[in-house]
Amino acid sequence: MSTGTLIVGASQAGAQLAASLREAGDTAPIALVGHEAHLPYQRPPLSKGYLLGKTDATGLALRSAAYYAERGIEVLTGERVVELAVDRAATARGRTLVFDRLALTVGARVRRLAVPGAELHGVHHLRVVADSDRLRAALPFARRVVVVGGGFVGLEAAAAAGTFGAEVTVVEAADRLLGRAVSPLTSEFYLRAHRRRGVRVLLGSAVTAIAGTGGEVSGVVLADGTELPADLVLVGVGVVPRTELAEQLGLLCSGGIVVDPDARTSIPTVVAAGDCTVQPGPAGPIRIESVQNAVSQGKIAAATLAGCPRPAVEVPWFWSDQGDLKLQIAGISAGHDQTVLRGDPESERFAVLYYRAGALVAVDAVNSPADYLVGRKALAQGLTVPADQAGAADRPLKELLVAAP
Amino acid sequence: MPKVVFMLSNGTETGVDARIGDSVMTTATQHGLDGVVAECGGNLSCATCHVWVRDDFLDAVGPPGEMEDDMMDLATSDRRDGSRLSCQITVSEDLDGLTVEIPPEQP
Repeated sequence: MSTGTLIVGASQAGAQLAASLREAGDTAPIALVGHEAHLPYQRPPLSKGYLLGKTDATGLALRSAAYYAERGIEVLTGERVVELAVDRAATARGRTLVFDRLALTVGARVRRLAVPGAELHGVHHLRVVADSDRLRAALPFARRVVVVGGGFVGLEAAAAAGTFGAEVTVVEAADRLLGRAVSPLTSEFYLRAHRRRGVRVLLGSAVTAIAGTGGEVSGVVLADGTELPADLVLVGVGVVPRTELAEQLGLLCSGGIVVDPDARTSIPTVVAAGDCTVQPGPAGPIRIESVQNAVSQGKIAAATLAGCPRPAVEVPWFWSDQGDLKLQIAGISAGHDQTVLRGDPESERFAVLYYRAGALVAVDAVNSPADYLVGRKALAQGLTVPADQAGAADRPLKELLVAAP
Repeated sequence: MPKVVFMLSNGTETGVDARIGDSVMTTATQHGLDGVVAECGGNLSCATCHVWVRDDFLDAVGPPGEMEDDMMDLATSDRRDGSRLSCQITVSEDLDGLTVEIPPEQP
């Protein structure tokens, strides 16, 4: 008899994998194990609506307890897997789990600053519910907030912090915001938009220390010697995939757990999905941190375990809400060689289309859901928008769609 | 607790106790109602939580916002007068008994 599937990581990818296994008709036991106290939940609101108090922990849950119970999915919360083999696992509390199929949906942990003072009280990170709770409790009392890192989490939290009335400074080491994710055009827009809203943004500024008195944070020290006074510091400098368990198993890891298009790891009976994986991408191996990837790869991993055909590959998509600015991204812009701007960034509604060798590969849309959706549809259906016409913002993008050559 | 009633395309009706302040989408997904896919989790990025609000609740629910309107224009296959993205409807005491129909297909 099958001992079933162990899914390590009660994440969005893990929850999807479990649900998809049941939808595929799999009847063997499923255990979904996570070290947090919560049922699998949505992380994106932690730097947006949840941080602003628009929803609570119950509202974040992806599925109710009844959902898992009705489907025979055993969710073990507060259990950290510390030892892992291909057919058994041990948790920190001493529980032993046996299984014949294994999925790793272990996600990532926040990257910490390797500078003096990084552990002072008042230095925050943002990855899990408990982080957002701490930040939400502290923000109303903060007068000067310094956000280290001009990525999505940092900018979303900076926008939220501003609504609490704090003076907010964003410090970014690179020469532009969101540098890993968007074109210089979009980066420049976000720089101007945040500055318009009263956020101070310092680019090309490396942090060399966090200053403190009596164990409490008091400022952020930059490479040029400047000290920015702060009573709250949020560090948002990216995440590190959790690969320790994969390494115990001897799985190939290279900047994440390496998987193939079927979400199989280097041990064919072990699958992995979500932020912890590195998968083949259009311009080389890529690790994608997004809800869409967690869900899509979770479905693919379930199909692989259940022996079903691989679900259709989706166009990657992503969003970021920064205050009243909604950025929606379709496709992967890595490797692009041309960008076309649609609309006027000063109006705070525009899109950037990315091309590689003349082919549309991605769209960034700011407060322009129509352009985002048309871009996503084009990429999904093998259509394109000729680069020499894409900038005609007076014409709806859908009228410019043509078959890709 | 207000109740939200989901009418599935096969004719079955499911009443679900909903928390005030949650979206209709969250109410559906947490209970695993087939047909509300909600790919983006309620962020106006996918239009896969499209529902048809029954006529007698249209006034109470109100019209879609501008971005929601754009999303539905482009992404929903069968847009009707009662079309809304369920992630944008917040459950309140006034909406007790709200009945929405789930389209047979989401984009």
